[in-house]
Amino acid sequence: MNAPIETSTQDNPAVSRRINMIEAINEALDIMLGRDPNVVIMGEDVGYFGGVFRCTAGLQEKHGKTRVFDTPINECGIIGAAVGMGAYGLRPVPEIQFADYIYPGLDQLISEAARLRYRSANEYIAPMTVRSPFGGGIFGGQTHSQSPESLFTHVAGLKTVIPATPYDAKGLLISCIEDNDPVIFFEPKRIYNGPFTGFYDKPVEPWKKHADSVVPEGYYKIPLGKARHVSDGEELTVLAYGTMVHVAEAVCKAKGIDADILDLRTLVPLDIEAIEASVKKTGRCLIVHEATRTSGFGAELSALVTERCFYHLEAPVERVTGFDTPYPHSLEWAYFPGPVRIGEAIDKILKD
Amino acid sequence: MADAADTPKSSAGNRPALALHVPEPRSRPGDPVNFADVTISDAGAQPRPDESVKPEEMKDLAYDLVRVLGDDNKAHGPWDPKLDADTLRTMLGHMAMVRAFDERMFRGQRQGKTSFYMKCTGEEATSVAASMALASDDMVFPSYRQQGILIARGYPLIEMINQIYSNKGDKLKGRQLPIMYSSREHSFFSISGNLATQTPQAVGWAMASAIKGDSRIAATWVGEGSTAEGDFHSACTFATVYNAPVILNVINNQWAISSFSGFAGGERTTFAARGLGYGIAALRVDGNDALACFAAQQWAANRARANHGPSIIEYFTYRAEGHSTSDDPSGYRSAQEREEWPLGDPVMRLKNHLIEIGEWDEDRQAAMDQKCAEEVKAVTKEAEKNGILGHGLHHPFHTMFEDVFEELPWHLEEQAAQATRERKIKWPDSHPKDGAGK
Repeated sequence: MNAPIETSTQDNPAVSRRINMIEAINEALDIMLGRDPNVVIMGEDVGYFGGVFRCTAGLQEKHGKTRVFDTPINECGIIGAAVGMGAYGLRPVPEIQFADYIYPGLDQLISEAARLRYRSANEYIAPMTVRSPFGGGIFGGQTHSQSPESLFTHVAGLKTVIPATPYDAKGLLISCIEDNDPVIFFEPKRIYNGPFTGFYDKPVEPWKKHADSVVPEGYYKIPLGKARHVSDGEELTVLAYGTMVHVAEAVCKAKGIDADILDLRTLVPLDIEAIEASVKKTGRCLIVHEATRTSGFGAELSALVTERCFYHLEAPVERVTGFDTPYPHSLEWAYFPGPVRIGEAIDKILKD
Repeated sequence: MADAADTPKSSAGNRPALALHVPEPRSRPGDPVNFADVTISDAGAQPRPDESVKPEEMKDLAYDLVRVLGDDNKAHGPWDPKLDADTLRTMLGHMAMVRAFDERMFRGQRQGKTSFYMKCTGEEATSVAASMALASDDMVFPSYRQQGILIARGYPLIEMINQIYSNKGDKLKGRQLPIMYSSREHSFFSISGNLATQTPQAVGWAMASAIKGDSRIAATWVGEGSTAEGDFHSACTFATVYNAPVILNVINNQWAISSFSGFAGGERTTFAARGLGYGIAALRVDGNDALACFAAQQWAANRARANHGPSIIEYFTYRAEGHSTSDDPSGYRSAQEREEWPLGDPVMRLKNHLIEIGEWDEDRQAAMDQKCAEEVKAVTKEAEKNGILGHGLHHPFHTMFEDVFEELPWHLEEQAAQATRERKIKWPDSHPKDGAGK
């Protein structure tokens, strides 16, 4: 189920076709470059080449070299320059080529972008959307697989957004770009080309066979802070985001579980109302993320559910996560929180 | 919705409109290639200062190009390291082996034996010849394209291939992306994969060696694109402040994936010249001239070892192949560049030099190339007995949880038990002891 399409548009949203997540992201960027002359895109290899994942393909040619351009390999500089551009009044959309390479930019994100509005009493803002592919499942080893979202959700002043479908990727990205606060937009690269379900030894279906690959051509927004109801169910609430939405959905389907699955879409701000309503209905809650377990976003979700739904719970909240090790290369599929780990957790929650 | 961008104030008056400069490479796919703007100095024309020289007294060498091998295939000038013929043949042999190894491993990736590979074609001299000028126990902090150092230091090929295949013989236990080697025994630091992080680490190692009154120095390799990272500038600052016995080797191969050297500042000045602002001795060298690479590294090593301080060496070379197996350079640069590159091929130039001085011939070259290819093929077959990526012959699951900390904490023990339990469900036929199973 998709959120209702907002109709504040002049770009003919009525025409929809099936596209993958890369194309959806490219369209959102293209539309925003066209609508707002203050939008600029920068990052390593995003210009002429169009990005190592092709998300910015064709945009430099169409919008010009001072709107879409390559940068030095310096993530501190990319984020820091975006802060300065935001101070001028631009709306930068920097790309960090892999989330694993974002760390040299952390000081500029945490100490600067996140706090600029606060420390200047609203004189200056840092309206940037930092796009970055994240997550594993591509044999990328420890430097191309990480899921560092909880580092950012822990920072006051940053929003964190993670789409799970082409439809959401486009609508959420447009909302992020129009947002006046800094947003981390993590793109689950494992599902760029198709909704991977965790069964890595089976071929991945392309997006065009999935309902949420139907994307309107024009401008539309999906509001930040609103979860997506993936399926309505009574037995169990599943909280997930990114790639793990599809993995969890496939497991519930395979096991015949009547699950109420929420794709959180934005971690900050979080749709706490949807979470509460679901858990109070089902009395059982499973949280799934690919990131390492300790201090992961699942810990925050578990605490919130326990605080707010304790007397409705019929079983302890369960977390299914990646292990607390660096992402391994050869043992990738032993590490990945796939169907077996999720299935065991579901059995445990539903046992009593 | 957005606040409007700051509009020009009325005080701007008739001041001219500013314009943003975005660098553009000399050619794109399909364009004719012209390297006329690349100034090639004459071989032998550059002075070789004493290793104790002050950096400001050798400034010109940061902009010149130290060259030894001329178009006549002879060695010229004061930078000629005057190596004996056996050493030259060894150097050529290592470079030929690197090339044969790269060919085979690249093919192996295409055949699905592993996930990833990176060639160093055209840049062999910058690692092989340079590292041969160091002592074997000098510590190196490489980037990801210095397989030539391992081969020059005699690291067994089978260990390299085991690592590339992430198989049960991989000493790094299948944890790292292919080619991210590590060998403490060969004074070769663990390759990170993150860019330029190794540069301040090399400086720190060199500082430690000085603190302890040791005689070993450190050397690091970094791409020109990665010199844009703050880590590189931190390295330069620490190196100069503490007069660290370290060599910062910058491999200027013109391209960082699709971004040409202009995106690291190469349009305005040389990468060697970065050293000048820090007061670090700086050399710019023909990176396809193995003798010049050796001589420059030897000069910097002598300087560091005599407590005269750090050096930056820029190797001007060309990345003849794609960035990695994940890259297709035909999307962003002209295929003609490789053909037109004015500094030639490092292997051919050294070969031609040896022939010129009567110490080599085409038959021996052909025999050597064949021997390298056969050796790599044989070792590859041997390594494949330990498995290839994704075919089950990997390290036992429990190893995934080891080395996160010195000792396994309770939560990792729990997770290891879970992984083992999952394995029995996912792959019930595999044998628990040998770690088999996909």
